[in-house]
This record gives sequence, C-alpha cells and structure tokens, in this order.
Amino acid sequence: MSKDNQGPIWEVFVQSKPGKPFRHVGAVHAYDKEMAMENARDLYTRRSEGTAIWLVKADDIVASQPEDNGAFFDPANDKAYRHPTFYVMPEGAKNI
Amino acid sequence: MEDQNKMEEFQAKIDAGIKIEPKDWMPEKYRQTLVRQMSQHAHSEVIGMQPEGNWLTRAPSLRAKKILMAKIQDEGGHGLYLYCAAETLGVSRDKFIEWLHEGKAKYASVFNYPSPTWADMGAIGWLVDGAAIVNQVSLQRTSYGPYSRAMVKICKEESFHQRQGYEIMANLAKGTKEQKEMAQGALNRWWWPSLMMFGPHDSDSANTKDSMTWGIKLETNDDLRQQFIDKTIPQIELIGLKIPDEKAELQENGSYKTSEIDWDEFWNVIKGNGPCNAQRLKHHIKAHEEGAWVREAALAYGAKNN
Repeated sequence: MSKDNQGPIWEVFVQSKPGKPFRHVGAVHAYDKEMAMENARDLYTRRSEGTAIWLVKADDIVASQPEDNGAFFDPANDKAYRHPTFYVMPEGAKNI
Repeated sequence: MEDQNKMEEFQAKIDAGIKIEPKDWMPEKYRQTLVRQMSQHAHSEVIGMQPEGNWLTRAPSLRAKKILMAKIQDEGGHGLYLYCAAETLGVSRDKFIEWLHEGKAKYASVFNYPSPTWADMGAIGWLVDGAAIVNQVSLQRTSYGPYSRAMVKICKEESFHQRQGYEIMANLAKGTKEQKEMAQGALNRWWWPSLMMFGPHDSDSANTKDSMTWGIKLETNDDLRQQFIDKTIPQIELIGLKIPDEKAELQENGSYKTSEIDWDEFWNVIKGNGPCNAQRLKHHIKAHEEGAWVREAALAYGAKNN
C-alpha cells in the first residue's frame, strides 16, 4: 500500500452570490493551488452554488482550542452594557 | 479510564442538541463508531458508482446517458464530502482506502448485487437511493458536526437521483409487455436488498444502543425501514407494478406489514459471499493502483511549484 500521497487538504469557502459572506463548505485534497481550485469547483459548485471560491491550506489555519473556551471567551460575558437592551429608554420614546 | 466529568459534559451536550466538533473532547468509542460509520458511508458512495457505470456506454438515449453521468459524478462527490468529514477525526484518506482494500472497512452490501438490465438503473435510483435518502434525512441531525453538514449537502442532491430512477421505471412500466416485465424484474431484484440496507432488526443490531445514546443515529433501523416501505409501496402501485411480497398488506394505522427479510442472505452478503463482492473490491483496487503514477507525479509537481 502506498504512503499517504493524496496531497494536502485545502479547506473550501464558497460565496453563493456577490454580497454574501464566504461559507465553509468542506475540503478537497490537491497537490497545488490550481488543482485545488479545479477540484473545489467540480466538487462544491456542480449546481451553481457559488460565484466565488476561497481556498486555504488546512495546515495554515489557526484555530482556537475548545478546552480553553471558558477563559478565552470570558471577557465577553460580563459586559451587558455592550448590548442595546441594557439601556433604559424614557417612556414613550420612539424610533430608537 | 476516561474522565467521568468529561463524559458527563459530553453527554449533556448531546442531550442538549449541541453538535460535537472535531477538536472537542469525545469518548474514544464515539470517535471509533464515527470512523467506522462515516468511512463505510463514503466507501458505499464510491463503490455505488460501479453498478451504474456498467450501463454508461449502453444508456438508451443521450438524455439518459447525460443523466447517468451526472448521477455517477454526484456519487463520487458524495464519497468525497464524506471522506473529508471523516478525515476530521484524525484518520487520513489513504488509511480509509487501505482499510477498504484490506477488507477491514465495509461498504453497503446492496452494491454487491449485479445490474443486468437497463431497468436496474431505474430500480437503483428509485429504491437504493430512495432508501439511502430516508437514512440520510435522519442523519442530517446526527451529533457530529462535520457528518451532519455533509448529510445536509448530500440530501439536497439525492432527490434528483431518486426521481430519475422512478421516471425510468414509470416509462418502462407503461411501455411494451417486455419493457414492463423488465421493470418488474428489476423491482423484484432490488426490493429485498433495499429493505436490507437499513441493517438488522434493532434487537440484533450491535451498534444501535450506543449510537442512539450518543445521537449518532436518531432513529432505529426498523423505524427507518418502515418509513421507506410506507413511502414506496404506493409508488409501486401507482405505476402498475406488483409488490414483490405477496404478504404485504396495509394495516389500519396506515402502515404496511411485510414478510420477514431473508436474514441468512443478508449476513451471507455482508460476509463477502454476495454475487459481486469480489468483483467490486477488485475493481476498486485496480483503479487505485493504476492511478498510483498520477498521484506520484502530481505530488512531485506540487512539491516543485508550491
């Protein structure tokens, strides 16, 4: 059996139409950028699902670690004043 | 032993309907179950291209040929979605293929049956893809995020597969006497193997209990099988074919009662003694080995250019 030679993994992001955010749709294996782009097109946009594709080598992605989630996202938990519902509006105030 | 607290946190997430993502802690057996199930699912998509490939050069019209090509391409694509999702569990694509070739990983037994007539293309799309859809619709809610997302994509595409198959069968069923017989023959061949696709009875299914506790499976084999039967029997009757089960009858609750499945045949095909087991695997190994030089050349080319 051959060594691991399917090529590196590239994560694929597709924009469904101009103005929409790019969404992660999956991954492809490919040996270079050009092949990765063609594989991503053939695999993830067979039914006109997109008008643009971004590719990122999986190894180049920096990700947060779920086991650190508590401490890592903690600074956001005690700042209710960042939300509009924190503020008391005068009775009868409209359009605000 | 695995940390009891982590185990409880994990189960609490599952029970709350929170998806498990690749970097999250998970019990080793959960990971192993997913590796087995997702790779088997991926292999099934890929091996499933073979019975259909058999008719590609002999499709009866250009329209039929284009449809069949598109369907086979989808099956390959579904295999790739699933391999990618399974790889997030830390097993490489090569390893999955190696396990398939060594017989350590399985694929759906249904693809070990031959496709001798054009009507088999109809029956496969209608029944085999139809049964797969029932299973996959349920799996869209599975607890492992990447698997769930792959299922959502696959379900969007499967509906065309089933409809093109039913169209073939409906056309044959209203054709000449020979064409109708061909359709009935294919229905007779694929009916039982399709029902077997849902796996053994819940009472005989080794994996069902853990899989349900962990939200990998959401409905049991028998429940999913019954959904398929109840959807399909009216479709058989609508196009004037005969249900390949004389004992099938509609019950008061609107559900059909059917004969017992031939479980000896089921286990026999799983063990590798079906009509095409050896041929399917041999063909996959041959294609993989004949492509080795392409992968080697591409790897060298990529190394030079990146």
